[in-house]
Amino acid sequence: MDSMREIILDDPGWLIVVKALLVFVFCVLCTLMAIWFERRIVARMQLRLGPNRVGKFGLLQSLADGVKLALKEDVIPAAADKIVFIIAPIISATTCFMAFAVIPMSGPVTMFGQETAFQLTDIPVGVLYILSVASVGVYGIVLAGWSSGSTYPLLGGLRSSAQVISYEIAMGLSLVAVFLYAGSMSTIDIVDAQDQFWYAIVLFPSFIIYAISMVGETNRAPFDLAEAEGELVGGFHTEYSSLKFALFFLAEYVNIVGVSALATTLFLGGYNAPPGLGFTESWLGGWFTFIWFFIKVTLFFFVFVWLRGTLPRLRYDQFMQFGWKVLIPANVAWIMVVAVLRYFTLNGASRTSILIFGGAVLVIFLIGSSLYERAKAKKIEIEQSSVDTPAPFPVPELPMKISTFTVPRAERERE
Amino acid sequence: MSELEPKRAIDGAAEESINIPIDGPAPLLAQLKGFWVTFSAQFKKVTTVQYPEVKEPTAPRFHGRHQLNRHPDGLEKCIGCELCAWACPADAIYVEGADNSDEQRYSPGERYGKVYQINYLRCIFCGLCIEACPTRALTMTNEYELADDSRKKLIFEKEDLLAPLRSGMLPAPHPYYPGTDDQDYYHGRVTQAHPSQEQK
Repeated sequence: MDSMREIILDDPGWLIVVKALLVFVFCVLCTLMAIWFERRIVARMQLRLGPNRVGKFGLLQSLADGVKLALKEDVIPAAADKIVFIIAPIISATTCFMAFAVIPMSGPVTMFGQETAFQLTDIPVGVLYILSVASVGVYGIVLAGWSSGSTYPLLGGLRSSAQVISYEIAMGLSLVAVFLYAGSMSTIDIVDAQDQFWYAIVLFPSFIIYAISMVGETNRAPFDLAEAEGELVGGFHTEYSSLKFALFFLAEYVNIVGVSALATTLFLGGYNAPPGLGFTESWLGGWFTFIWFFIKVTLFFFVFVWLRGTLPRLRYDQFMQFGWKVLIPANVAWIMVVAVLRYFTLNGASRTSILIFGGAVLVIFLIGSSLYERAKAKKIEIEQSSVDTPAPFPVPELPMKISTFTVPRAERERE
Repeated sequence: MSELEPKRAIDGAAEESINIPIDGPAPLLAQLKGFWVTFSAQFKKVTTVQYPEVKEPTAPRFHGRHQLNRHPDGLEKCIGCELCAWACPADAIYVEGADNSDEQRYSPGERYGKVYQINYLRCIFCGLCIEACPTRALTMTNEYELADDSRKKLIFEKEDLLAPLRSGMLPAPHPYYPGTDDQDYYHGRVTQAHPSQEQK
């Protein structure tokens, strides 16, 4: 729909400023509500109530926490590189907001008498822009870890940057299929291309990979290795206090909302109503589309919270292996399949050739998986045999074989 | 033989754990089950007690604040022996005994506790003092709201710890119930105060 792009580009200067402010306010409010929502939901999953004292249902809890944080003493460690130490949280907190500039949060609406849409701007490479801004955000984490002048933050910063970079690859690859189908990188075009089927259904594997990698990308449980409390104290923000810490906190949650918004835009049809509810889009003068967008983002955020409430943290090597050896190869194979299918459909190939191609892919997949199973079984067999046959030299007992010696009941009673 | 038996059993357990299938549909289902556990937990009854507004009674034998008990006529049971202070692993109790006289009688027998302090910043509520007390003068109540804002307020004096006077009790010091001695008190033959015991 070119009209929507034109509507946005026709905005007068003052409206752009107002919209920028609105987007900012939306993000900050979302963060406050998200923290409250997460604490309440996780509490319910653990049979607790969660914050319910400040304001109605504890809604103002995160506001109170924010005020408290801001009033705390701001400590800059003596060993810290002062300038970088101050810049790092600023980088984190600014880049996370920038992604929202190209996210279409509503359809055409009237705002202060002007016909426009709740989207700051539209650029032809919008999604690439989001990815690049996200990778600039990593600098905030790396620099924070490095400039703290302390070991744990350094390790946490390195871990988290390695993690974000690796999962950004998987994330970027999972978007390729979307680009292929939408034929554009502009967020508006991608939303419009989904008016029949959401890409979450059409490109289900891409959606799953994106959903996994967005959790890795935002350093969230079960991938929150960067701030593994038991190992690294607080990770990269260990040495931060007061407002600077609050900025990192804000950045984390805005990032979560950001990736959820991107997922909504790319896979769940953006601001459009779910199929069959299209008539709602004209309610409230078009503003009801914003409500749909918000509901979808909240759904994603709920999954974030659900994951956190359910899964234990992964080990670092398992996590990296999963990213590099499972997500990325699977993604590449899937993109190849999608690309060929897309080529067929665009060139009007016959149904039989598509079916033949699908059959070939299926056969290759089955052969590959059976080979994999066989190799795995062999590996387990080898491991088993090495366990069973005694070595020709003395070896310490394997951990699972060491048993605590228990005194039989009869003997114990005699004593 | 008895040495080998338990070991073999454990080896068997280890082998079993190796044979658990690592992938396939069953573990995936188990994963989903885990997600269902957390999801359904949201709709269960929460266990939180809204404490300052709602107060649940403690267990009947909960170790709360101490109490210095009285005989049925109001004389104190504490004889100032300091066994509680000696038993205390946290050194939270301070006792100074003094002699009873016929004019100033606080407890049956020779001695009574003149100064009795428990420092609740040190007390660990283990109850060893209660076990040590030979006259059952010291017991624990179920009261647990002991927070305060200064060290001094948390050192409880004798008057803070003494049991309240019930009906039929007279405040110590006062003489024995007419015609009785300390043994009658210890054997529980004094059941209430006599009007003649009242001191002006």
